[in-house]
Amino acid sequence: MAEAPKGWDRNQMAARAAQELEDGMYVNLGIGIPTLVANYVGDKDITLQSENGMLGMGPFPFEGEEDPDLINAGKQTITELNRTAYFDSATSFGMIRGGKIAAAILGAMEVAENGDLANWMIPGKLVKGMGGAMDLVAGVGRVIVVMDHTNKAGESKVLRECTLPLTGKGVVDRIITNLGVLDVVPGGLRIVECADGVTEEELRASTEATIVG
Amino acid sequence: MKKVYATAGEALEGLLRDGMVIAAGGFGLCGIPELLIAAIRDAGTKDLTVASNNCGVDDFGLGILLQTRQIRKMISSYVGENAEFMRQYLSGELELEFNPQGTLAERMRAGGCGIPGFYTKTGVGTVIAEGKEVKTFDGQDYILERGIVADLSIVKAWKADDTGNLVFRKTARNFNPPAAMCGRVCVAEVEEIVPRGSLDPDHIHLPGIYVHRIVQGPHEKRIEQRTTRKKETA
Repeated sequence: MAEAPKGWDRNQMAARAAQELEDGMYVNLGIGIPTLVANYVGDKDITLQSENGMLGMGPFPFEGEEDPDLINAGKQTITELNRTAYFDSATSFGMIRGGKIAAAILGAMEVAENGDLANWMIPGKLVKGMGGAMDLVAGVGRVIVVMDHTNKAGESKVLRECTLPLTGKGVVDRIITNLGVLDVVPGGLRIVECADGVTEEELRASTEATIVG
Repeated sequence: MKKVYATAGEALEGLLRDGMVIAAGGFGLCGIPELLIAAIRDAGTKDLTVASNNCGVDDFGLGILLQTRQIRKMISSYVGENAEFMRQYLSGELELEFNPQGTLAERMRAGGCGIPGFYTKTGVGTVIAEGKEVKTFDGQDYILERGIVADLSIVKAWKADDTGNLVFRKTARNFNPPAAMCGRVCVAEVEEIVPRGSLDPDHIHLPGIYVHRIVQGPHEKRIEQRTTRKKETA
């Protein structure tokens, strides 16, 4: 078997995901690669929501300026901006469930061609909990998944059907992986673009899900 | 109306009993009622059901009540970063009811507002929906979730006056207001009790009607993940 195509690295995936964001959007970024998206929004006026109760999330604090009362949803110390607003968890998820957040960019363990998403547990092995992910995917305007296209064994994480317990059913709009960008459309996934150095044939070969068009 | 108590132990006197349901504020280790948790450990109250987004870490926050086996059941959204929690759950020693984070917050808020149940689209089509009533509104499915009414709420705030009006600080607010609202009795620990009249009435985050007892710190306020950036040298 030929060497698997590599395509984008973590930062390139984050940069590609940042292109999804438009001026004026309120956005929630998940833990991992999605967090890096904040580094690539450039001049766009994006307000980041942290579901533990903050709009207008700033960067990490300088050493010695960490505040135990100021963390993000990944429990990391962060800073506020001159536009920041704080609120309680019920209000926070009110704006999430109520559709006020334009987009969420999240990591995933598996995504299926019908938009099903699994990212919260592996039965018998890994029990972390869904945190706010189920609320986010049910409530926000647009769900963008950023993840590696295949697992460590080289098997596709972009599947016909998810095998793990779902976070949400039919919730994913767009998938950005190291190999390219795919949209969830009627009947399967549609290739939007291939990552640098990845051919459409390679992308198709690494994808278990049905590709249409 | 005397709400101020000298110690966390005294503030909980007469409120604790085995098998009770406690709602706790906090997110991770941020804004947790660390003094009241320690006082519950010292009191030895057992078979607790605790509704809290997380369960602290192994040696701080609610995690210390796991070590002493005082918790029978947790209602939480996230148990990562706590090895003892995971161990007790996987071995069957601890019961765990996973709630999506927003569902948990709304269950507390609703319980405190006299709303016994509400419909939400969160969790539709997942294991969270199993056994729950599904209702279709405007062509979309929603599941019925119940409000939580706790026997006792324990919360942490930044400032209080002696009538129990609370002000929180930054993201330490999190689950504290909804947790406070859903308790039949609420005990709040604060960093500072300020004189009546010194809090701006327009800036009260939680009115004192929800707060029955108050105790003042000091607090350790531990940081779970210290992340920083380097100062750019000009």
